[in-house]
Amino acid sequence: MLAKSRARIGVALILLFFSIAAVWAETDPTWNQASSLFKQASFDKTREAADLLAASSDPQAPLALKALLEGQLYQHKQNDSLAVLADGNSLDASTGQALSALNKDDYRKIPINNTLRKYLRSKLGGLSLSSSDPKVRLASTIGLLETVTPEQLPQLQDLLSKETDSQVKDALYLAIQLASLNSSDKASKLSALNALEGNLNPIVRNKLTILSSDADSEIAKAAQTTLRSIENKVALNGQLETLFFGLSLGSVLVLAAIGLAITFGVMGVINMAHGELIMLGAYTTYFIQKLMPNYLDYSLFLAIPAAFVVSGLMGILIERSVIRHLYGRPLETLLATFGISLILQQLVRTVVSPQNVPVSNPSWMSGSLEINSVLSLTYNRLYILAFSLLVFAILYFVLRNTNLGLQVRAVSQNRAMARAMGVRSARVDALTFGLGSGIAGVAGVALSQLTNVGPNLGQSYIIDSFMVVVFGGVGNLWGTLVAGLSLGVINKFLEPWAGAVLAKILVLVFIILFIQKRPRGLFPQKGRAAGD
Amino acid sequence: MLISQILKNDRGGQIMLAVLAAVLLVVPVLNLVVSNTSPLHVPTYLVTLMGKYLTYALLAVAVDLVWGYLGILSLGHGAFFALGGYVMGMYLMRQIGDRGVYGNPELPDFMVFLNWKVLPWFWQGFDMFWFALLMVLFIPSLLAFVFGWLAFRSRVTGVYLSIMTQAMTYALMWAFLRNEMGFGGNNGLTDFKDILGFSLQSDYTRVALFICSGLALAIGYLLCRYVINSKLGRITVAIRDAESRTRFVGYKVEHYKVWIFTFSAMLAGVAGALYVPQVGIINPSEFSPLNSIEIVIWVAMGGRATLYGAVLGAILVNYAKTVFTGLMPESWLFMLGALFVLVTLYLPQGLAGLWNTLKTNFGRKREVAA
Amino acid sequence: MSEGEGAHFYRQGALDTSHKAILYLEDLNVSFDGFKAINNLTLYIDAGELRCIIGPNGAGKTTMMDIITGKTKPDSGKAFFGQTIDLLKLSEPEIANAGIGRKFQKPTVFESHSVAENLELAMKGDKRVWFSLRAQLNGEQQALIDETLQTIGLSEQYHKLAGALSHGQKQWLEIGMLLVQKPYLLLVDEPVAGMTHQEMDRTAELLKSLAGKHSVVVVEHDMEFVRSIANKVTVLHQGSVLAEGTMDEVQQNPRVVEVYLGE
Repeated sequence: MLAKSRARIGVALILLFFSIAAVWAETDPTWNQASSLFKQASFDKTREAADLLAASSDPQAPLALKALLEGQLYQHKQNDSLAVLADGNSLDASTGQALSALNKDDYRKIPINNTLRKYLRSKLGGLSLSSSDPKVRLASTIGLLETVTPEQLPQLQDLLSKETDSQVKDALYLAIQLASLNSSDKASKLSALNALEGNLNPIVRNKLTILSSDADSEIAKAAQTTLRSIENKVALNGQLETLFFGLSLGSVLVLAAIGLAITFGVMGVINMAHGELIMLGAYTTYFIQKLMPNYLDYSLFLAIPAAFVVSGLMGILIERSVIRHLYGRPLETLLATFGISLILQQLVRTVVSPQNVPVSNPSWMSGSLEINSVLSLTYNRLYILAFSLLVFAILYFVLRNTNLGLQVRAVSQNRAMARAMGVRSARVDALTFGLGSGIAGVAGVALSQLTNVGPNLGQSYIIDSFMVVVFGGVGNLWGTLVAGLSLGVINKFLEPWAGAVLAKILVLVFIILFIQKRPRGLFPQKGRAAGD
Repeated sequence: MLISQILKNDRGGQIMLAVLAAVLLVVPVLNLVVSNTSPLHVPTYLVTLMGKYLTYALLAVAVDLVWGYLGILSLGHGAFFALGGYVMGMYLMRQIGDRGVYGNPELPDFMVFLNWKVLPWFWQGFDMFWFALLMVLFIPSLLAFVFGWLAFRSRVTGVYLSIMTQAMTYALMWAFLRNEMGFGGNNGLTDFKDILGFSLQSDYTRVALFICSGLALAIGYLLCRYVINSKLGRITVAIRDAESRTRFVGYKVEHYKVWIFTFSAMLAGVAGALYVPQVGIINPSEFSPLNSIEIVIWVAMGGRATLYGAVLGAILVNYAKTVFTGLMPESWLFMLGALFVLVTLYLPQGLAGLWNTLKTNFGRKREVAA
Repeated sequence: MSEGEGAHFYRQGALDTSHKAILYLEDLNVSFDGFKAINNLTLYIDAGELRCIIGPNGAGKTTMMDIITGKTKPDSGKAFFGQTIDLLKLSEPEIANAGIGRKFQKPTVFESHSVAENLELAMKGDKRVWFSLRAQLNGEQQALIDETLQTIGLSEQYHKLAGALSHGQKQWLEIGMLLVQKPYLLLVDEPVAGMTHQEMDRTAELLKSLAGKHSVVVVEHDMEFVRSIANKVTVLHQGSVLAEGTMDEVQQNPRVVEVYLGE
């Protein structure tokens, strides 16, 4: 991984230099001298040639050195000209112009050994360290870290004093400390050990691990102390990462459960087909992406409203055709909606496919936010966390501040009275159920970005969703939010020592026991009416 | 006699048990005595299939007892069934002895495969049939007792309770999927050879298991009917209809619930124990929430709070399942789903209720005509 | 709590009412989500007394009954049955077995049982699970059922399902269930709601005949009915006692007038 990324930086550097270098391309005597030195095919002479090139101001020189390091520098067997031969593109080393129609057999690879490699690396580092592009400077400083030697200290100090970019400054500072660690001076070693306290770079950790068994006990002790402080910090970051994973899982649970919090919590309807409404949302995403394969990045923005409508309409259909006849008979509703869930699952299996379908992540959802070198948060999880909070906020607003919300709450508290006040309860029921179902569809869009989309998608979330609603306290949206997030976090914190499956079991058992203690969940609805 | 006393006002039960008795007498003869070239011959696989249905019927009776009479919709009875099955499976595993693939005289194959060296403590004693039988009764009841005691004491009722029972079986499913549990993980227990020294492949053993299933169903049915006819049964129904009223006349509702629930779980466990030697395997999928909820639809279909309706429903639905998964596997889930919807919407009293309604209507017409 | 503990009260058969009062409620407080349903309620009921409790909606009448019967636990205060029994430590069935019977506002009978079975279930006796499995009605109990059916006028409906009774009949059946429970204290919530005048008179007669042997607390809205039976009336308002006395006294109490007539 590391080697690969360094190679990639190398290639990037090569390309960059070429674009600049191609402008002024004329042969200067340095190249001729270097060619003849290279031709002698001795490591010492190669080193001399490298020194020569490094000392020259020719913009092509660092490039050639880089190529030499990567084993891509070749010399023509007859005319001694130097060329960079990488996969696919071949260039003249001195001019940077592309060479076409060349026969690789005419060239001889310039051999190098490890000593030379190390030497070249530090030379090269020094060269690109003074590049005008801060990105290049940063990359080369980071590239230097592993091999930095005390001899480079003056150069690094000098660079640090001139540096303006804060990231590069940090890297240079780190390089200086690492270089001091390699020095023979005990005092500077100790001060470097001190300065490295809390640094999360893995190179530092490796170095310290070696030093912590140093022959000098004072140094070994200092290294151990620093290492411990670093490890504590790593552990803390690990906890933060677990917390993030927990919140991420929690946000998924909240999304899956929040529609249920409406249909179950507010209306008292047990909808076992809720999971399948989520599944429909995920399949809507799949079809939208299929319809617009060239606009994947925007597909989710279309999928969210589409899934809301698809699942919402399906919800209204279920409510009007089945649930409406079963109000006040929750157990029967449970059975009937379970039947619907079976039908919907099988429908997807028959019409689409029994296999999972591929749903792609838009590019803006891939990648991650790097907090430091041991903690990075993936964007898809971050977005879904934010999204679930957004959905919660919207829903909360709708129920609190809109006319529909008022009517929903009225019907849920006293159907007969609400009807007497002129609320069309049948219409409100259908709309509420549609709202809850639509939210399930939206949850499906989000889930399609995290898990496999298949006919069983809903099934795997239904029990968890019910657990979240029951744990949070039925009829309480805040309860659902808190319950979902905390169950997610609990689950993820249990996982490292219990394993994923056992953690899941433990959470279930925990909820079962919790409900025994507090049958009405975390945030119970109080009052006389709640007693019956 | 006691039996006729129990069945005094139970017309449906009388018919059901009479049919059952006839089947238990005739089928073994048709299988063992009648030559297999005769059109009257019942092949062994059919006997086993019927035996399986009978265990399902007992399971359905257990569910009807708690749902129909106590008003608790248990979505976790599949767990008690599966536990009974696992206990029997453990006995059957121990009977394999050194005939397993690895030839270990004591450890079942999957343990050898997991590199276990000694038999875990909870597998001790299961080589003895009497002990296994005791555990068949004990283990599911213990789970039901503990779960019920916790749930009923804190007055978890209605859909909450249903969801909790579902969570229970769901958690158990995950637990049994783990290899570390020591019950064969995903594959469960299988490759059984014999029971009490009789080969499970032989026709005689299969017929015997079939008869045992039938007898267990009959005994289970009579026990449930006895309970329901007693004052205990009337209190049970009182709890179903007006729980807090029952409390205010001085009954400790949670005690009643725990006992009925535990008794029902015990019946389910027995059903599971008879099921496993006939189908030859027990694995964690028996714990899946879908299984448990399917039992409920058998009962709903047959007609709840009738007991015989549960038997009828279990056999009819499973027969339909066998037929349709054979003919058009795709269609079965559609049909099962539709069954759930249609029964709850249009047949709330099930087939038994439909029959009673028809009978009453018909009777009234006849009266009018006369 | 074990079953035995709940059962021992009736076996003991004695309730210590040596200080005349049978029910002591002192400084009770209950609130639901910040709403004070019961506010420093103090109330004593004497043994053998017939007390009527009136008060506007939301005065806390039903909540008070809930506390006495163990359905609701108060936030603070004391509730004693006789000298020795702390009601706040008992569950509903234990309180019922200790000798407090309750009739609900909305008649609740066991609808899928026959009238006689309703009485059988309510009857005083061993109410443990194992006993119930073997229980058979003995002659004495059978006689009590017949007798009670006579009293409540439902002899004809012996085998009829309770769910098929009229509203008034259900009220009577529920009173019958109270009677066979043989409680020391009867809590009767709106016994005459939905009854005809004739039925009301009979109910009044019945309740009056019960007083003396039992203590009876009646919550009722119908003032005429209350006047016809009550010696002593307690007016509840906003969760505490507003006035207490004979019907005439409380009706002349200016605070009561204010509460009922609004200014």
